[in-house]
Amino acid sequence: MTTTTERTAQTTAQRDVQTLAFAKALTLGMRNAMAEDPKVLVMGEDVGRLGGVFRVTDGLQAEFGEDRVVDTPLAESGIVGTAIGLALRGYRPVCEIQFDGFVFPAFDQITTQLAKMHYRSRGKLTVPVVIRIPFGGGIGAVEHHSESPEALFAHTAGLRIVSPSTPHDAYDMMRASIASPDPVIFMEPKGRYWSKGAVDLAAPPAPGVLDTARVVRSGTEVTLVAYGPTVATALKAADALAAEGTSAEVVDLRAISPLDIPAVVASVRRTGRCVVIHEAPSAHGIGAEVVSRVTEEAFHHLEAPVLRVGGFHAPYPVAKLEHDYLPSVDRILDAVDRSLAY
Amino acid sequence: MVDQATGEEGLIQLLDPVGARVDTPENAGYRARVAHLEGDDLRAMYRDMVLTRRFDDEATALQRQGELALFAQARGQEAAQVGSAYALAPQDYVFPSYREHGVLHVRGVDPVDRLRLFRGQDHGGWDPAEHNVQLYTLVLGSQVLHATGYAMGIQRDGLVGTGDPTRDAAVAVYFGDGTTSQGDVHEAMVFAAVNDSPVVFYLQNNQWAISEPTTRQAKVPFADRGLGYGIPSVRVDGNDVLACYAVTLEALERAHSGGGPTLIEAFTYRMGAHTTSDDPTRYREREEEEYWRRRDPLERLEALLKAEGLWDEAWFAAVEADAEVLAERIRTETRELGAPPTEALFEHVYATPHATVAEERAWFAEYEDETEASR
Repeated sequence: MTTTTERTAQTTAQRDVQTLAFAKALTLGMRNAMAEDPKVLVMGEDVGRLGGVFRVTDGLQAEFGEDRVVDTPLAESGIVGTAIGLALRGYRPVCEIQFDGFVFPAFDQITTQLAKMHYRSRGKLTVPVVIRIPFGGGIGAVEHHSESPEALFAHTAGLRIVSPSTPHDAYDMMRASIASPDPVIFMEPKGRYWSKGAVDLAAPPAPGVLDTARVVRSGTEVTLVAYGPTVATALKAADALAAEGTSAEVVDLRAISPLDIPAVVASVRRTGRCVVIHEAPSAHGIGAEVVSRVTEEAFHHLEAPVLRVGGFHAPYPVAKLEHDYLPSVDRILDAVDRSLAY
Repeated sequence: MVDQATGEEGLIQLLDPVGARVDTPENAGYRARVAHLEGDDLRAMYRDMVLTRRFDDEATALQRQGELALFAQARGQEAAQVGSAYALAPQDYVFPSYREHGVLHVRGVDPVDRLRLFRGQDHGGWDPAEHNVQLYTLVLGSQVLHATGYAMGIQRDGLVGTGDPTRDAAVAVYFGDGTTSQGDVHEAMVFAAVNDSPVVFYLQNNQWAISEPTTRQAKVPFADRGLGYGIPSVRVDGNDVLACYAVTLEALERAHSGGGPTLIEAFTYRMGAHTTSDDPTRYREREEEEYWRRRDPLERLEALLKAEGLWDEAWFAAVEADAEVLAERIRTETRELGAPPTEALFEHVYATPHATVAEERAWFAEYEDETEASR
C-alpha cells in the first residue's frame, strides 16, 4: 500500500498519516471499506483490469476479484439499475460513472428509482448505492467531459450529494458515503485528482462529514463559499486578497445536499459579505440556494448583496475557451471588489 | 385477424382454446412438466384465476365509486400470471410491473394492500420481504434492471447451482409489450446474458400499450429478440395456464442450476382498458375483443376441468363464495384505509437525518399549529 506513497509522519497505533494524491485517497477509501465489509462492490466501465480511466479503482480487482470489482457493459442506466437491485439484495455497490457528461442515461434510474425507493416503501427498503462522478473542467477535455451537473441531482429529494476538496476529505467522505444507508452522489473534482495532501488512514470517518461544511481559512471581511474544485481557487483568491489587505474567510461546503446553511450563516454574520463560487452555471444553481438562505437568515448582517461566481448559461465550451468559463481567481476578486464597493 | 406484429406461430400450447389437451412431439418436454399436476392442483389454479378476476372487478367498481384514483385491470391475463407464479419457489423473488395482480395473489400479497397505491394512500403498500415481491414499478422497464441486479446478488450469495431446490434462487421480472421498447430492457438483457444471471424475463404481450398495438413496437416476435443476446427464448400461449406454468418452470430450472436467463413471451390479451382512465373504443375494434373473449383463459381451464371429470358443482359454489368474501372484504377495508398522517409526507425521505427535510418538516408543523390556533 505504501510503495507508491510517501510517508510523512510516524505511524502510531492511532494515526497513519500519509501524503497521498487525491485519487489515491479515494482508492484507499474504497479499498478499506471493501476490506471491512464483504458486501461492498465496485462496478463501472473499465474499473477492473484497467483500474478506471483515471485509475481511481487501481488494484481493487486484483485484490478483491471480479465478483466484487465488476467491469460492466457500457450502459450507465444498466450500471445504476443493477446496482439498485444489488442493494435490494443487501449489497453496497459503488458505481463509477466514467465522466460527468455520461451520467444522463442513468438519470432516470437515479432520480425516479434510487432516490425514491426508501420513501415509496415507507422505509422498508434501503438502497445504499454510491455513484462516483468525476466532474468539472480545467483539464482540456473534449465535449461532455467537463461538466458540473450536481444541481440536477440536488433538486431531487432522497439523494445526498457531496464533493470533497482535499485528499483527507476524499478518503473520509468515501468511507462515510459507502457506510451511509442513503444513496450518495459523490462528485469527484477530477482536476484535483493529482493534488496531494495528508491523509490519516487510521482515523475513523469524522462524524457528520456528509452533512457539514468546514471553514478552511479564517477571515473577517468577506466569506467565500465553495466546494470541490473551486475550494482551491477560493483559497488562492483569499491569498491574493490578503496581499491587498482584505481578510477573506473560505468555507468548504463539502455537502451539497444537505447544505450546511448554519455554518455559512455563522460565517456571514461575522464578515457581512458573501461570494459563492462553483463551476456549474450560476443560473438556477446551488449558489442561488445559498444566496437565498443567507439572505433569509443573515439579512441584517449583510453589508452587500450576496454574489455568485460560476459558469455561464451556455453549454460547457470548447477547451480553448474553458479558462473564460471557469471561475478564476480574477473573477472572484472582481466579485469581492463589487461587494466591498457596495 | 388481429392486427399484430408477431402472429401466433410457434406458441407453446398444452391446452387449445376449447380446453382440450394438445399433444405434439414439440411440447413433450412441457407436458412432462405438468404431468404431476392433479385435480386439486388444477382446481387451485382455477380458483386463483377466479379470485384474481374478482379482485379486478371489485377494484374497478371501487374506482367508479370514487374510492380509488385509478386502477389497472389484469383481466384476460390471469393464466399468464397465475401459471407463471405457480412455478416459483418461495425463495424466488418477483419484480412486478403494475398489473400483476394474479402473481401477487398467488404470492400472498394482501388484496387490500395491493389497492393502497391505487387509492393514493401509499406509493407501495406491502413489505417486499414478506412475500419476496418488490413493490409495483410505474416507470416502464426500470424494474427489469433492478431484477437483473438482484439476480447478480443471488449469484454472489452463492445460491445458484447448489443443487438444493430449497436454496437455489432466481428472479422473475414481469413487463409488457410496450416496455420492450425501453432501453432499460435492452440493458437488462445484456447484463443478465453476460453474467449468466438467474432471471426469468416474463414478457406479457397483451397486444396493447395503451392505444399502441404491437406493430408500433416490433417487426418480429418479441421472443426473437432474446436470441440476439444469447438468451434462450420461448413463446407461449399466455391464455393457457398449463403452458405458462410449464415454460416458467423450465426457465426457473435453468436459472436455478446456473444456466442463466430466459425470455418468455406470453402471448395474451388485455381484455379491459389500460386503466380506468382509458377508453379502448377509440382505438380498437369490437371484433378483436370478441375474438379474444372466445379465448378467455378462465373458460379454457373450466372446459378442461369439465372434460376430465374434475369439475364439481359443490366445489365451484365454494369458489364463488370465496370470491364473494374477497369482494366484500375489499369493499369494506379499502374504504376504511383513510389517509396517512400529514407527517408521512416527510417520513423516510432519507434513512438518516437530512437538514432540509428536518427544517421544512418543523416549519410545516409550526405553520399547521398556528393555522389551527387561529381558526
